Amino acid sequence: MDQPAGSPLVVLEGVNKSFGPLHVLKDIDLQVGRGEVLVVIGPSGSGKSTMCRCINRLETVDSGRVLVDGQELPREGKALARLRADIGMVFQSFNLFAHMSVLDNVTLGPIKVRGVAKAEARERGRALLTRVGIGDKADAMPAQLSGGQQQRAAIARALAMQPKLMLFDEPTSALDPEYISEVLDVMRGLAEEGMTMVVVTHEMGFARSAGNRVAFMDGGRIVEVAPPEQFFNAPESPRARDFLGKILTH
Amino acid sequence: MGLSTITDNLDVYVEGFVGTVTLTALGAAGALALGTALAAMRVSPVATLRAGGLLYVETLRNCPLPVLVVLMAFGLPKLGETFLWSFFAYGAVAIALYHAAFVCEAVRSGIGSVSTGQGEAARSLGLPFGQVLRLVVLPQAFRTVIPPLGNVLIALTKNTSVVALIDVTDITNNTELIINDTVDPIFAVLGSACAYLLLTLPMGLLVGRLEKRAAFAR
Repeated sequence: MDQPAGSPLVVLEGVNKSFGPLHVLKDIDLQVGRGEVLVVIGPSGSGKSTMCRCINRLETVDSGRVLVDGQELPREGKALARLRADIGMVFQSFNLFAHMSVLDNVTLGPIKVRGVAKAEARERGRALLTRVGIGDKADAMPAQLSGGQQQRAAIARALAMQPKLMLFDEPTSALDPEYISEVLDVMRGLAEEGMTMVVVTHEMGFARSAGNRVAFMDGGRIVEVAPPEQFFNAPESPRARDFLGKILTH
Repeated sequence: MGLSTITDNLDVYVEGFVGTVTLTALGAAGALALGTALAAMRVSPVATLRAGGLLYVETLRNCPLPVLVVLMAFGLPKLGETFLWSFFAYGAVAIALYHAAFVCEAVRSGIGSVSTGQGEAARSLGLPFGQVLRLVVLPQAFRTVIPPLGNVLIALTKNTSVVALIDVTDITNNTELIINDTVDPIFAVLGSACAYLLLTLPMGLLVGRLEKRAAFAR
């Protein structure tokens, strides 16, 4: 289970990235198989989010290659936009478009990028909102929703593009504790349906139960990649043991 | 002398008022369109466009408007017959070009007020740069931009008076005619002030209304 079967959907090869003098990603090599759920964990500042954002080029890389579905990410312009349309992204801060209703948030991409007819996009949008449990909020503005509802709307917005891959960048870190499980449940459902997912999170329960593999990052490097049972029960690296010791005891 | 300076010359004021309104409308339309395009250039991912936008803004906003008006009216015709326009056209174009630089900076500050996450979410959906700006960022920037944009438009209205330099009919030019005629500069100028107020006061009120209408919770 260490190497995913079939041709990988996401490949990172020797990726390096610096913010000024800060070297945040160091020689990252990683593959994500089709249908796989890869959970990325590690301490704050270890480079998890930056790595996740490199996969749809919200962050540029200094060296190395990022391939999605066998295609290297274009630098800019229309080709990059097309590739991004196939990659769903869910942010820590939701980032719903504040001036649009929830339904308009969900239908904007399909209508403008995919060229779906408005009526059809709205119908599918409502179905998606119902699926994530907020069908009754379609006409509300984002600011009228709770954090958990906003994040579920953001997941519906990403799913509306029918992506090959979903990136989750700490999707529950900005939520009140009572809303975390409703978002994780939606993500778990997606994982069960076979969606390929890269999930940056601090939710160890989710990593254990929904992840196919866990990647542990520290200091800009991937220290260890292992199936969850193996990683949580018998981590190989001292750094992962130390990290787990601190977070699993409290 | 006195109030009769104004009342006896109402037709002259009206003629000037029409000139000022036309100049303001044309100048504002041009400045808003060009200024928004310049703001898009200044935040675009293409370095050449950003540099071009910056060069334009720094050149135009640091050049006194009277200099620009005179350079256009007397310099452009030397470039050939294509540029042989009416003085009114030179004035309107100079006003639009000059204020576009200020519109650009107001719109750019509004773009800066929209959180980066909004643009990132839009790009993640696969929207190209132009649509990210037009569908997601600018509509939200609009709210914060209305008050500074109102300032620019009111300044533009009053700055149209500069076209009197090249003898275009407007409130200021016609006021000079009235001064020469009546030798009563105080009341003549007070009349001109009223004419400008008639234009700028409703603009201020309109800006306030637009601001309320564009409000939404974030």
